[in-house]
Amino acid sequence: MAARERDGLKAVPYRSAYRRVAWFVVGALLVLGPVVFTPYWLGLLTQVMVFAVLAMSLDILLGYTGLPSLGHAGLFGVAAYAVAVLSTAHHASFWVCVIGGIVAGTLVSAVFGLFVSHVRDVYFLMITLALGMVVWGLSYRWIPVTGGDNGISGIPRLESHAGLPVSGPTPVYYVTLAVLIVCGVLMARLVRSPFGYTLRGIRENEARMKSLGFNTWLHCYVSYVIAGAFASVAGVLWAYYNGFVGPTYVDLTASSEVFLMVTLGGPGTLVGPALGAGAIVLLKNVMSAYTHRWLLILGAVYIVTILGAPQGLWNLRVSSPPRGTRRTRR
Amino acid sequence: MTYLITQTLNGLFSAALLFLIASGLTLAFGVMRIVNIAHGSFYMLGAYVAYTVTARTQSLLAGAVAAMAGVALVGFAVERFFLRRLAAQPLAQMMMTMGFALVFRDAALMIWGGDPFTLPYPPGLAGSFAAGDVVFPLYRLFVVLVAAAVGVALWAVNEKTLLGAKLRAAVDDPEMAGGTGINVGLLSGLVFAAGAALAAFGGVMGGPILGGYPGMDFDLLPLAFVVVIIGGMGSLKGALAGSIVVGLVDNFGKALVPELSYFTLFAPMVIVLAIKPTGLYGRA
Repeated sequence: MAARERDGLKAVPYRSAYRRVAWFVVGALLVLGPVVFTPYWLGLLTQVMVFAVLAMSLDILLGYTGLPSLGHAGLFGVAAYAVAVLSTAHHASFWVCVIGGIVAGTLVSAVFGLFVSHVRDVYFLMITLALGMVVWGLSYRWIPVTGGDNGISGIPRLESHAGLPVSGPTPVYYVTLAVLIVCGVLMARLVRSPFGYTLRGIRENEARMKSLGFNTWLHCYVSYVIAGAFASVAGVLWAYYNGFVGPTYVDLTASSEVFLMVTLGGPGTLVGPALGAGAIVLLKNVMSAYTHRWLLILGAVYIVTILGAPQGLWNLRVSSPPRGTRRTRR
Repeated sequence: MTYLITQTLNGLFSAALLFLIASGLTLAFGVMRIVNIAHGSFYMLGAYVAYTVTARTQSLLAGAVAAMAGVALVGFAVERFFLRRLAAQPLAQMMMTMGFALVFRDAALMIWGGDPFTLPYPPGLAGSFAAGDVVFPLYRLFVVLVAAAVGVALWAVNEKTLLGAKLRAAVDDPEMAGGTGINVGLLSGLVFAAGAALAAFGGVMGGPILGGYPGMDFDLLPLAFVVVIIGGMGSLKGALAGSIVVGLVDNFGKALVPELSYFTLFAPMVIVLAIKPTGLYGRA
């Protein structure tokens, strides 16, 4: 750590100016999105931002706390399904759907958290995987509520459901952008707070944190629930953006795709997972337009990522020691 | 009563298949800490290879042998050339197996197309016999017996042979085992290949009833993971116990409350985890 901070200190004037310009360009592009991009690309960008929220929420667990959750799409899915059920079967109003979705996802993560917060490493991975598949099983088989394989379609469009006087892809885009910024700022505050540093401490050396008097179980639990809450926000956005929810958004492949976004982007950072989300969403959409074999290519992306950039692209900038990886030997 | 017996037999049939799949999964986890997402792909590839070879040779036995040998080879190669580079990095290994799972799924779709199929019954096992009111399909009974035989064989190898002793040493402490001169690398490759072959065998044994179809790779995989979690990761005995629990619960769940079938697995898993977080036979 010390060495990196020294290097960082030397490079500050150049780096911060460079960074400021980069952020400004990205910010301007995002704000001017509807002017710059065609509706197709605007839609894709909206999708990217939804998954950016989801990937960042997973990174709170995976990158900062060192808890590899392989069921994160399940929490995302619970919120999306809650919105779908409330808005179609119960014709609930906009805010009931939004709050209902977030509360449902957060509640489920609060229950799941009870069963996963005392396990670590691969055990955490396996159990979250199984819990995620339980959610998938419900979405697939609880046909009276979830529509089974057919999913639930006919979720009203966000702007009409919220009663906004505009239509088209632009309002959804701006709402998503606003939510992304709010969630991003909240998560950035979180990981830089004393709580966030405690999470990193648990990632690096839980035994030491315990002996320092931290309740590590509680920290892991709260971390899991917070990550679940942000995943639920993404789920609500997704339900409105997509207008349809189905079991494929909840299954193991979906969960591991979020995992890939974080790993590819760079665990232990917030920008990295957002970029990873962008890369994967764009790749999937562009690839599926050109070839039927995009699953093969996605598989190859997994393999190449792990072999080529195991610490994630964003972490390649600085030659830092591996972040977000826990030693397995106890 | 008839209903109960029939459902129990069906449950044991699922348990038998699950045991064939989960034993490889749990061994790979025990020796190498690999959470193998591609294990379902081995199960799928087994069924597909057996289908092709059986169609060519008209012999299910040849199909089964070819499936096991072929998939074992694939498993060995995946372990040797990809997973071993990432030794002791379980997350990277998991991602790698996920990548392979997608590659295998698409490759299978490319080679065999998307049409579902079933394997033929072995000669003489297609029928059923009646005992009083209860009608037993012979083949399901056969699968249960075969899985039991495999279980006994695995137990014998594990407990009674030098290979098994080395294996247990490697599960217990890979570094120390390596230090005493055991070739843990080779052992890992063999365990992974054997696990893959068992999964392929599971695909073949399930073939006449469950058949093969795109997506079958992720069908039994979550159940196999639940088996491993319940039984204790790395424990063969646990895989057996877990398979029976999950097979029966899943089957009765499907029969009694079809809407909540996966959800019914939640209960045993949560109970076991709450009482014994490491699973029935797992160690911390």
